[in-house]
Amino acid sequence: MEKSKVWIFLAPLGVFIALAVLLFNSLSNDPRLLPSAKLGRPVPIFSLPVLGTAAEQFSQENLKGHVSLLNVWATWCPSCRVEHPVLNQLAESGVVIYGLNYKDKSEEALSYLQQLGNPYQKVIYDEKGDLGLDLGVYGAPETYIIDAEGLIVYRHVGVVSDEVWLTVLKPLMDAASQSEQVPSKGGLSG
Amino acid sequence: MKRQFKGKASHFSVALLMSLISFCSFAAIDVYEFDNAAQEKRFHLLMEELRCPKCQNQNLEDSNAGLARDLKIRAYNLLKEGKSNQEIVAYMVERYGDFVTYRPPLRPTTWLLWFGPFVILLLAGFLLLWRTWRVSKEVPEKTELDRERLKQVLQQYEDEEPE
Repeated sequence: MEKSKVWIFLAPLGVFIALAVLLFNSLSNDPRLLPSAKLGRPVPIFSLPVLGTAAEQFSQENLKGHVSLLNVWATWCPSCRVEHPVLNQLAESGVVIYGLNYKDKSEEALSYLQQLGNPYQKVIYDEKGDLGLDLGVYGAPETYIIDAEGLIVYRHVGVVSDEVWLTVLKPLMDAASQSEQVPSKGGLSG
Repeated sequence: MKRQFKGKASHFSVALLMSLISFCSFAAIDVYEFDNAAQEKRFHLLMEELRCPKCQNQNLEDSNAGLARDLKIRAYNLLKEGKSNQEIVAYMVERYGDFVTYRPPLRPTTWLLWFGPFVILLLAGFLLLWRTWRVSKEVPEKTELDRERLKQVLQQYEDEEPE
């Protein structure tokens, strides 16, 4: 009798604590950060012009063969300006970064790069946002890690800061580079 | 004379600018043409079921975000190509994940979402049944006990009365 009474008081308390923990954890969860549906999948097939050139085309094949960052940016995106110096630094230290100029005007994009520096090996010019849609881009800036096989390893939504680079992107990029080297080593010995 | 002409020219250019402005705002309202009423109904139903990834808690039908417009146009084109609603939803989920649909698919990670409320309802039902069963079992015991005590108390009272 006494035991079951204690249980009746403890059960709601337990439920309350479980809910409190769940909700408290959700507080630090930003619902705007969506996981990419494309993780572990290849970059969608595309063929788009390179920004600033009339004839040069860029496709998913150009992303293969090395680990790289694919940075979605636009001149209309204020946060892109914030992360731009960080990207410049990364490019200087030898990180391969491709740009995806998303729903932008080419002249404005070119003058933006002239003003702020160009960290990109090549900038894919996605005027209509078609590649953006296929990638599942829902706002700029977004930064994807692409491995040597052209698979999407990770997506970061928002500004790439020094901290994001060091704690999130760099470890993943290093891991991707290592797994890329393993088969090539096997190839050498065999 | 010259001055007047200049004034007119500036009036004209202002009018031209204003016409441009209104033109822009009209461009934001997209007009979709459909083959038949059923297709149109299907499209609107689809737009209500798909969630805008940018402006959360708005469906594509209500949202004015640039991304929602892009997705709407893409869905419209797919519909025109003869794709079924199911195929269009799958197309969007492939790109934007489960988030994009208001009807999450049934899979182990969404079991809690789909069945959780029913489990809680069942649990509550069982608890209620158990409680009422226990109470109905206890009540007769208690009344018997109480009667016994009542008798005792009455007896005592009666015994004490003569004094």
